Amino acid sequence: MDPILRVENLHLSFHGIQAIAGVGFDLSLHEIFGIIGPNGAGKTSVLNCINGFYRPQRGRIVFDGTEISHAPPHVRAQRGIARTFQNIALYPGMTVRDNIMTGRVIRMRSGVLACGIYAGPAEREHVHNRRLVEEIIDFLEIEGVRDHRVADLAYGIQKKVELGRALAMDPRLLVLDEPMAGMSMDEKADMARYVLELKEVRHLPMILIEHDMGVVMDLCDRIMVMDYGRKIAEGLPAEIQRNPDVIKAYIGAAVVA
Amino acid sequence: MGQAVLERSAPARPAPIDLPYGRDTLPKLLRHNAGTHGDRTAFREKDLGIWQRITWRDYYEHAREFGLGLRELGFHREDVLAVIGDNRPELFYAAMGAQAVGGRSYGLYQDSLTDQLVQLLNFAEARFVFCEDQEQADKILDALPLLPRVERIIVEDWRGMWRYRHPKLISFAEVQRLGRERHGADGTLFDTMLDAGRPGDVAIFCQTSGTTALPKLAMLTHRNLIAQGLSFHVGEPHIGAGDEFVSYLPFAWIGEQMIATSLHQLVGFTVNFPEEPDTAQRDFREIAPHFTFAPARIYEGLHTAVTVRILDAGWLRRRVYDWALGVGGRTVERRADGKAVPWWWRVQRWIAHWLVFRPLLDKIGFTEMRVAWNGGSPLGPDYFKFFHSLGVNLKQIYGQTEMAGISCVHRDGAVHFWTMGYPIANTELRVTDDGEIISRSPALFQGYFKNPEATGKTLRDGWLYSGDYGTLDPTGDVIMFDRMSDVITLAGGARMSPWVVEAMLKFTPYVQEAMVVCAPDGASLAAILNIEMRSVGKWAEDRRIAYTSYADLSQKSQVLDLLEGVVRDVNVRVRPEWRLRRFLSLYKEFHPDDDELTRTRKLRRGFINERYRDLIAALTSGAGAYGAVFTVRYEDGRTAQVRTTMQIRDI
Repeated sequence: MDPILRVENLHLSFHGIQAIAGVGFDLSLHEIFGIIGPNGAGKTSVLNCINGFYRPQRGRIVFDGTEISHAPPHVRAQRGIARTFQNIALYPGMTVRDNIMTGRVIRMRSGVLACGIYAGPAEREHVHNRRLVEEIIDFLEIEGVRDHRVADLAYGIQKKVELGRALAMDPRLLVLDEPMAGMSMDEKADMARYVLELKEVRHLPMILIEHDMGVVMDLCDRIMVMDYGRKIAEGLPAEIQRNPDVIKAYIGAAVVA
Repeated sequence: MGQAVLERSAPARPAPIDLPYGRDTLPKLLRHNAGTHGDRTAFREKDLGIWQRITWRDYYEHAREFGLGLRELGFHREDVLAVIGDNRPELFYAAMGAQAVGGRSYGLYQDSLTDQLVQLLNFAEARFVFCEDQEQADKILDALPLLPRVERIIVEDWRGMWRYRHPKLISFAEVQRLGRERHGADGTLFDTMLDAGRPGDVAIFCQTSGTTALPKLAMLTHRNLIAQGLSFHVGEPHIGAGDEFVSYLPFAWIGEQMIATSLHQLVGFTVNFPEEPDTAQRDFREIAPHFTFAPARIYEGLHTAVTVRILDAGWLRRRVYDWALGVGGRTVERRADGKAVPWWWRVQRWIAHWLVFRPLLDKIGFTEMRVAWNGGSPLGPDYFKFFHSLGVNLKQIYGQTEMAGISCVHRDGAVHFWTMGYPIANTELRVTDDGEIISRSPALFQGYFKNPEATGKTLRDGWLYSGDYGTLDPTGDVIMFDRMSDVITLAGGARMSPWVVEAMLKFTPYVQEAMVVCAPDGASLAAILNIEMRSVGKWAEDRRIAYTSYADLSQKSQVLDLLEGVVRDVNVRVRPEWRLRRFLSLYKEFHPDDDELTRTRKLRRGFINERYRDLIAALTSGAGAYGAVFTVRYEDGRTAQVRTTMQIRDI
């Protein structure tokens, strides 16, 4: 089967600092792909290249058979690449429902005028979108805070809302940057449940950066390890745990010797 | 019953209520309702953020499909369907469906721990279990090796269930599909089964707060439940088809069964279901129901919530609130004395209503409330005065699960804060020489399932022995002092009822729960207090007192000073011999998971006396502190040892 996403030989540098040096991987459908590595290894830079925030100097990104290496971020979003951010990037003054609704904007067809009049197709579209948003709220079990301002919510719930907004985009690939950072045990367990259900029930492929090794090893089907902008290993979770290069990158050489 | 000295109520012996054929069981009533007003709204459920209405016809059809589906799976007459979960229409479809094919429904408290569920399910010999969602299904699946009788686990909300592959699991939708097919093949089967139902068939098992080893499952028949609803409605005839009710208290509680099943089938108001437990408060406010029935803990919680918010408000608002509450309180007292309220008081009351009470009632969803009943356990007079000052018609309901929930209720215009209300229609009530309240009515239960010993103690010569110590008030109302077993005999021989003092302690926003104990010689009284985390936490923050947890906060010396003030205030208001001499602040809250409270949040004194025997001994002797190691059970079932020292304060 063709991969849904192919990243080939990615190179990215900022004024002489090599952030990514020749990273490449394939992601197949129905797969959760983990990227791990020490801080500054270039993990988030890879994600930023995938969804178009960064323009790599060299390399190719192919999504669902189409090369998107030069497409701007909003085009990639329209094609179905949705992501969440390491530092929550929601609209703090808006409600949870409205925040998730913003995920629908790229799928809306009605123009400003039609929406302003709110009749006919625009109304039907709004009702449809509202229903999708409410289904996401139901899925994430955040009914109780639906009308709350995001700024007033606990961190763990904001993370859920961010996932909700990404889901509202009807993604065909979900890119999650540290979805469980700063969460309590319960919240992590919830998030893990959502991720697994998205994979099993909605067959949504995912790329995931996470520092909680327990989570990564349990959730991911395959893992890529990065260090200093390079890929140092790729494989099944069990293989990664045994890989001496990985251990070295994480804990240092002395322990391995 | 020659020994009965006091007696109250109209008929010498309750006449059996004649139920019209075709309406003599709850499922038949449902069919009747679906036939005569099938398009009217029976339920309303919030789904995806929008209230969706469900008609009586929908209700009936769902119950039919589920009932026939159950039968296809091998559910027979007199089988038990255990029902566990948060309130949703599907719980009612399931219960009605099971009863329609001759079975019994048995609601279990959804917050029960796994081992409690195992004991109860095995005892009830339940072969079929209805779980509302994955959370409940997980509990049952985990314990399945211990539940040999369980044949089918029916799960309503299939979300998160995709990875479960167990032969005993089946979805609610699938059961309904089986029933639909069956109905398609044989359209008269369901009616035949329904008509086979007799009013004397046991409809529900209802769990009572038993403290003994054997569970006490009261068996109530269709006749019991319907008679209860009819008798109750005589005293509250204003409840009508156009009314709104919110169902958010446990399905397993007799109060919820009474209102949301029996009275609902008889009167036909709309039962509304919140979206999720954590949206219940908001949904309650959106609906603004016309009546509500809740245990004391809910009213205590509302009072605390309001008081804490006012403590948080600015100086001006606090002053206005205090003024308004004063005006309300004076008016209530004046009316209670039977005197006319002067016109200038009424003007003030009117201003207080629009300025303070109405906005406040709006916040708690009480603006349309015609009557709020308190049941399960009595509520202190202070709370009654508070709610009546706000203009809420709060009334006490007294009754036992064994009597289908209700035997007395306050009459309108005669709400005496110190009584439990007046016997409802067809209900006879007496007080024995020992001071025990006994009663009988057509709603009297059939005994406890598989527990003849307890049945024999409670059910004697057709009378229900409540175990409550009480008397009859000159007004005709019933007064209950306390449980017979809980009444304290003081050194002088006088009897003392701990809950009176406890209710006064709990009325302050800082005390969540209180238990009064007595020295073995009856010489002095002491109290174990639970602080209210929200208000005391706020109080501590305002005074820059740092704390980490409940256990830590509860032992701060400043907090003990605060509690000492509370106890002193109460001491001033009670008789001298009822004054508390000592108290301590417990390091943890009493909790149903630790068996210290019932699921409706009543103190289980026997158990607490046992568990905290040494602590109570220290409290009632002269010790100045008590150091203890306790075993704490967390919500996930784990246990841990806690070591702590509690200071005992002398007053």
